[in-house]
Formats: sequence, C-alpha cells, structure tokens
Amino acid sequence: MAVPSGSVIDASQPAERIAARRALRDALFDGVFRRSVAAAGIFVLLILIAVALSMLWGGRQAFLTFGPEFLWSTDWDAVNHKFGALVPIYGTIVTAAIAMLIAVPVSFGIAVFLTEVAPGWMRTPVGSAIELLAGIPSIIYGMWGLFVFVPFMAEHITPWLNDNIGEWPILGPLFRGPPLGMGMLTAGIVLAIMVIPFVSSVMREVFLTVPSRLKESAYALGATTSEVVWDIVLPYTRSAVIGGIFLGLGRALGETMAVTFVLGNAHRLSPSLLEPGNSIAATIANEFTEADSEIYLSSLIALGFLLFVVTFIVLAIAKLMLNRLNRLEGAR
Amino acid sequence: MSKVSARLYRRRRLVNHVSLTFSFLATVFGLFWLFWILWTALSRGINAMKWDLFTQMTPPPGSDGGLLNAFAGSLIMCFGAILVGTPIGIAAGTWLAEYAGKQRLGEIVRFVNDILLSAPSIVLGLFIYELVVHQVGHFSATAGALALALIVLPVVVRTTDEMLRLVPSQMREAALSLGVPQWKITVQVLFRSAMPGIVTGILLALARISGETAPLLFTALNNQYWSTDLNSPMASVPVVIFQYAMSPYESWQSLAWAGAFVVTIFVLALSLIARAILVRNKVRND
Repeated sequence: MAVPSGSVIDASQPAERIAARRALRDALFDGVFRRSVAAAGIFVLLILIAVALSMLWGGRQAFLTFGPEFLWSTDWDAVNHKFGALVPIYGTIVTAAIAMLIAVPVSFGIAVFLTEVAPGWMRTPVGSAIELLAGIPSIIYGMWGLFVFVPFMAEHITPWLNDNIGEWPILGPLFRGPPLGMGMLTAGIVLAIMVIPFVSSVMREVFLTVPSRLKESAYALGATTSEVVWDIVLPYTRSAVIGGIFLGLGRALGETMAVTFVLGNAHRLSPSLLEPGNSIAATIANEFTEADSEIYLSSLIALGFLLFVVTFIVLAIAKLMLNRLNRLEGAR
Repeated sequence: MSKVSARLYRRRRLVNHVSLTFSFLATVFGLFWLFWILWTALSRGINAMKWDLFTQMTPPPGSDGGLLNAFAGSLIMCFGAILVGTPIGIAAGTWLAEYAGKQRLGEIVRFVNDILLSAPSIVLGLFIYELVVHQVGHFSATAGALALALIVLPVVVRTTDEMLRLVPSQMREAALSLGVPQWKITVQVLFRSAMPGIVTGILLALARISGETAPLLFTALNNQYWSTDLNSPMASVPVVIFQYAMSPYESWQSLAWAGAFVVTIFVLALSLIARAILVRNKVRND
C-alpha cells in the first residue's frame, strides 16, 4: 500500500513503522469490536436462561410448599393460602385447543388461496392486509371481544348451542351453560382470530418456497389444483407447516390481554365451555397486583414458570420443524 | 372417454371445486373477523375522540378527562426501551451475521432469539418484576422500559442478522481486498447497506411495544397523575385502556376506546412506513 506523503505523516518516521502501528491499532479495534458484539450475542442467550431461573426462584416457595400437588390441585384460596394450578392450566390448554381447531383449517385455506387460487393482482394486497392486521395490539382484540363479541355470543350463539347441541349425549355437557357470553369458547374464538394472521402468513411463505417446476410438472400431468396442493405442496412443506402451527400454538398459549377480557376470571373447573374460566396468563394479569401474601405471589410466579416451560417446548418444536425446510432448501 | 374414467374425472373436478371454494371461504372468513375488529376499534374510537384527550390527565372514576399522562408515559417508556434494546440488538445481530453465523454457539443463539421473539410477553414482565421491581422494592417506569426492551431486543437481533446476511459478499471482499479492517467494514460498509432494513426492524419493534400491556402491568404499573420520574410508577396507554375498559363507568370506557383508536392508528401507520422503506430499498438495490 502506498503511504501518502505530505503534512499528515510525520517525516521523521519510516513508512514501515507507521504501517505497522496502524496494523496493530486495527487488530486491537478488531478484537474489541468482535468481543463486544459477541458479548451482546451471549447476552441474548443469558437472558433466556435468566428468565427461566428467576421464575423458578420466584416460584420456589409455591413449589416447595405444595410440592408436585401444585400441578393438579384445583385449590385457589387466597384466604387460607392454598393454591393449585390445575384450573389455569386447564383453561390455557382448552382455549388454545379451541383456537387451533378453528385457526389451522382457516389459515391453511387462506394460505392455499393466496398462493394457488387467487388471481395475481389479489395476492399481494390481501396477503399484506392480513399481515398488517397481525400487528394490531392484542388489547384491541380483547376490547372487541368484551364489548362486541361477548354480547353477540350471549344473545345468539349460546342459546342456540344450548338448544341444539346441549342435549347431545357426549358433546352436550360441553355446550350447556348460562348465556353469559364470557367463557372458554369465546376466549378460544378470539384467540383463533388473533392467531389466524400469524399461522396463515407462515404457511403462505412456506408454500411459496415450493419450486414451481414441481408444481408445473404435476399440472402438466393433468393434476387439479387441489391435487397439487395435497400431493406436491403439502408433502414438500409438511414439517414447516407443522412448525407454523406450533408457532401459532405458542402464541395462543401465552396470549394474555385478548383472553383476560373475555374469560371471566373464575377459578372453577367446569366441563362446560360456556362457563367462565381462567388461564395461566389471565390469572397472572388479573391477580398479580392484588396478591397480598408471599405465597400468593410465589404461586403466580410459579404459574408463569409453567407457562414459560410449556411455550418454550412448543416454540422449540416449531423452530426445529421450520428449520428442517430451510435445510432442505439449502441442500437443493 | 370410457364411463369409468369419465366418472373419475367428474369426481376429481368436484373435489377440486369443493376444496378451492373452501379456501376462498376461509379467506373471506378470516378477513371478515379481522376487518370487523378493525372497524369496531376505528368507529367506536373516532366517536370518543375529543381534543381533551391530548390536554387533560386521566380522570378519577366517573368524570371526564384525557390521556395526556398516559401518552407521555408510553412515549417515555417506548423511547427508553428502543434506546436500551436497539444497540444490544444490533450488536448481537452483527455477531450472528458476521462472526458466529455458522458456528454451533451462533446457531444456538439464533434459536434462542427466535424463541424470545415469540415468548409470552407476560413472562418477560414477570422476569423484570423479579429482577428489578422485587429488588428495588417499588414499581417504576425504568422497569417498564426494561420489560419493553426485552421485546425490542429479539426483533432487532433478527432483522439485523437477516439484513446483514442479505448484503452481497462481494462488498465484504472488495473492502477486505483494500485492507480495511473488519470492524470498519461492518460499521461503514455493511451497516450503510443494511440500514433501511435495520430501521424497518426498529420501527416494527416500536409498533409491537406501543400496544404491549401485559409486561407493563407489574413493572410500570399505572399512575393517575402526570409523572416523568423514571423511578416511580408511570401510566401508559395500553394499561390505562385495560383498566378503563374493564371498569363499569361509561366515561372511562369511552376514553379506553379513544386510546385504542390512537394506538391502532399509530401501529398501522408504523407498519405501513416500515413496509414502504423496505419496498423502496428493494427496488433501489436491483
């Protein structure tokens, strides 16, 4: 490298020494830079570990006092200091299950429509609209649920379910209950509406990775669109589609505000989906600032720990499934 | 065509029509709910909009007022969260993209970051409660900003990582061949090229935290009065919306709708701007 001559450079020093010093300085800065960005990277890892440990630490009193019984006890008695997690766990699982039952087929339909069926001019605007709506804060969904959807459920859906399905032998008890409008079913439906944009946009992106020559070959052999979707697109993207579903499930399990508004906050185990219930996230949100004893607070944090562990597992599965398609893509 | 194959053909066509109709109906169904919710938020919100919203403090039960202290609180805490979360996020994203991308540790961090990205925000709030509020002994705006920063962080890490990896490797090679040290390449060449994408990530993170309620409930709590003290509880728009919407008072509920309107418009505008930046940049790169 040519060393510029002029007033900038001190003429008393040979060019080699300047170059050497510059190289040294660059190496030093490089080292500092690399270490600081690496520290930031490790910091991300540490946060996740710290989250898990701090919740375990905060919930230790509940875990130690109640032992494993905490998981299947239905007690929730702030006066006598007896707490169990079964009711919130049940509520979380049931609402998430209802949400996925509705959201998965609908999201799949949307993704198929946007990648295979819709005319070209329609695909981008509709896809972007759905993605934009995914960004609306969950508290808006919750307010809509409370002020618009709960009255609607109470007036129309609940009486209809009571009259028609409520008498059925096995499914009946699920759909028998007071016309409150609040409850597991309402929460599940609101969650489904929240999750649909997420799942459908993941599925849409995944479907777009299918090489078009695969699809074109099938069309050339005379396959119909639905056959292409079932026999070409789905087998190619199966693991990523499952990953997208688990991503949605992770959201549904941990969602707080949308559920808190419409679940009714009742600590009661009831077979009916129309009765008010509770979920882990809603319990924490509703009762945390009211917790008046150490053990109460500790039980709530212990609930948070359970939620964290469950969502971690679900999201990890989602990630692994999604990565599998990327590896397939990379191998091509 | 034989009779059998004609029947088969008809059946296949029927299955095709039925499933394509289903997919169309699914789209209509999904969009219907989403637009219903959007319409509710906008129409009820616009009816509740008043000038007082931006000039008055949050009122006691049953009387009129505005959301000025909540807006200020949200702004302060979101700004703090961006200020804390962005530098760490950009640094960690740079490490993933430029240094550790294919190493085992890098893979693990990327994996963990993606989990943090979708982790329930209420859990992050509980974490900050344990870490800050419990130790200090009282709720504070700082704790709220830190909880929000934990939500900003993974978004910024992810976009920085992705955007830096999109920068063509010829740029790195060209700079390296001139003898530029790597930190200078990263800061002066790669960041410059990836900047629109990183800014998009920050805007999306801001959109996300401006409506976050759950992590603020037990970190920043709420405050009925004007406060800019970072060491004391602070009001925020989502928490006030939550409190007011759940209340039985009509005037509070209408304030909640007005707040919801402002938040929705803000979030939609931010997402649109973020998209516009990304699209414009994509065109320019081609």
